[in-house]
Amino acid sequence: MTYSAGYGDPESGGPATAWRDGWPVYDRSGTVCVIGAGPSGLTAMKNLKEHGFGVDCYERDTSVGGAWNWRHDRSPVYASTHLISSKPFSQFPDFPMPDSWPDYPKHTQVLEYLEHYADHFDLKPHIWFGTEVVKVEPAEGERWDVTTRSTGGYGGERIHRYAAVVIANGHNWSPKRPEYEGLEDFKGEVIHAAQFKDAAQLRNKKVLVIGAGNTGCDIAVEAAQQAARCWHSTRRGYWYTPKYTLGRPADQVNDLMLWLKLPLRARQFLAHRTLKSTVGDLTRFGLPQPDHKIYETHTIVNSQLVYYLGHGAVSPVGDVARFHRNSVELKGGEVIEPDLVVLATGYHPSFDFIDGNLLGVDASGRPRLAMHAFPKRQPTLAVAGLLQPDSGLFPLVHWQMVAFARMLRVREAAPAKAVAVQRRLEAELDRRWTTAKVKDSTRHWFEISHTTYLKAIQRLLDELGLEGAK
Amino acid sequence: MKVMRAREWAFPIAPVRREVRRATPELDEGRPPVLFVPGFGHGAWVFAEHWLEHTADRGFPAYAVSLRGHGDSAKAPKATLRAYAHDVAQVAASLPRRAVIVGHGAGALVTAHALARYPARAAVLLSPVFGGAGTALRNPMLSLPALFGGGLRLPAGQLFSRELPSNASRGYAARLGRASTRAQWQLLRGRTPQPPVGDPPVLVVGSPDDRIVSDTALRRVARGYGGAPLLFPGMGHDLMLDTRWREPIDAILDWLEKSA
Repeated sequence: MTYSAGYGDPESGGPATAWRDGWPVYDRSGTVCVIGAGPSGLTAMKNLKEHGFGVDCYERDTSVGGAWNWRHDRSPVYASTHLISSKPFSQFPDFPMPDSWPDYPKHTQVLEYLEHYADHFDLKPHIWFGTEVVKVEPAEGERWDVTTRSTGGYGGERIHRYAAVVIANGHNWSPKRPEYEGLEDFKGEVIHAAQFKDAAQLRNKKVLVIGAGNTGCDIAVEAAQQAARCWHSTRRGYWYTPKYTLGRPADQVNDLMLWLKLPLRARQFLAHRTLKSTVGDLTRFGLPQPDHKIYETHTIVNSQLVYYLGHGAVSPVGDVARFHRNSVELKGGEVIEPDLVVLATGYHPSFDFIDGNLLGVDASGRPRLAMHAFPKRQPTLAVAGLLQPDSGLFPLVHWQMVAFARMLRVREAAPAKAVAVQRRLEAELDRRWTTAKVKDSTRHWFEISHTTYLKAIQRLLDELGLEGAK
Repeated sequence: MKVMRAREWAFPIAPVRREVRRATPELDEGRPPVLFVPGFGHGAWVFAEHWLEHTADRGFPAYAVSLRGHGDSAKAPKATLRAYAHDVAQVAASLPRRAVIVGHGAGALVTAHALARYPARAAVLLSPVFGGAGTALRNPMLSLPALFGGGLRLPAGQLFSRELPSNASRGYAARLGRASTRAQWQLLRGRTPQPPVGDPPVLVVGSPDDRIVSDTALRRVARGYGGAPLLFPGMGHDLMLDTRWREPIDAILDWLEKSA
């Protein structure tokens, strides 16, 4: 890609430089801007490069890895974080994780993998580390003006104009804190799971963990091992899938059933039977009965929680009613006295640098995107990795970005076709990419089933074609 | 491009110990690493004989892998073509930079399968054996035992040109092993590999005097990748062990310097 350093078209005799709000705009021509150098940003860069685009990536931290880099202040990773999908579902489809790694790698290995990915595909020279994106604004010709400055606000701002923008700023860094009556008067310590880094924080404390997501369950298990007492508050009943069933990683069993083309009901039946014959009925530990069938929401993969329930090291309790000065009152009227409350209540997506209307963000803060990636009427803008899959995320983002890179290429080669594809995507704006019914809570906004989603991607790639998908 | 790979997800390839031989240049000039993939019955040693050092001398970090069940890699009597391709993709992805993959014989077919799972910087297919009935009919005496579960017969006379001294060629032939029965069957079936990812430039190299790969087969493979083969008349199937081993490797490295 050519770099034209901000000089306007000399033939038109117009001004030498484009301006926006009194600042010069440097034209980066056909280059694509990628925001964030986490897994989504890295695979966006790699696939855009592979399709012949120049890329500039802005990363507010000083290294790659995004959420998976525990050194980053916004990383939600804690010392014991492991993947909950096994390797075949967790690796980029064209860059296998080493054979010597375990089925479920640890977060440090995931970071090592991402660093190796960045080096292997020579991505680091394209990354501006320590630079954050302040603003992304539309410019003429469906291009984008991106305002950047060094992280922390030192130095001046700079505006570059790009042909397209990929937003890959992650969605697991802005903590979601529920409102509870009396929470501000509570004298014990209250932290969000984002601040939980190490099991030592729990040692010899009486801990209440709120939230039944994968993080909540992990922390409850840590508390069972380290804390003096552990209560685990869940609002509803869930299915706890072990990491291994029938002698292999559980997600591989699921895909074995998919490969055999078993319908959802049959898979649910088999999964219920398998769980019943291993962990059994969880209501005997005092857990609520799940109000949905398995595979209807993305599963909680945790073998150890049930084990510690069986040891009595985790006491399951219901929803929290209100906080008192020294105690917590539960919905059932029971009162417990924890020293430490961990809110494992998830994260909000946050796009503070772009006008929400461009992403179709509604009043509740939820962006309305085709396939959770492509905003309406913005063919040169994409959001990468805003998914909550029932398997690993990396392969899904990889294919999202292959599709986006191809879409940009088709826009140049066959604009009419690109418009047709874009129309078709917009027509499916509100489609859910799951086979089962999903609860409509913020936790399940971006819920997808990897098979449904990948089939849609396959269709999109086939539509875009590009000389027999060479 | 195939996105849904339920079978590969449900049945991942079992890890095994792999032999990787290497020769690295004294000074790293940022050239891409070259990974050599030997054919059926051959181990990494066939490249270690001449080509690895020569490639490193020309400034390219050079690696050669033994497919499972070959050379000093762990035994794998039930290996499939997919397992072999997995071995290649694993080694390629472990290298510090995006690799060039050079596959020989049936190893070229393995390479072609690996190219669909790893975006190589470039690929070279040496005397490619892409299988199918044609390969078997051309070499009936070699492939007949394979039909009944035996190994492919690879006598020295078929692999090397007459220029190679007979004691050397007999010595090499004695070191050959065999691929798994399943992989041999898959080779005879000759399933077309999926298209490569990342659109790498592909060079096909061979010899019109190769007694295993016919000239038409060579041209067909080259045409599949949109080119014509680069030919070295007078050489045998095992280009890297023949007396004139220097010519093809120099031509390949020249091509790499130009296109990768």
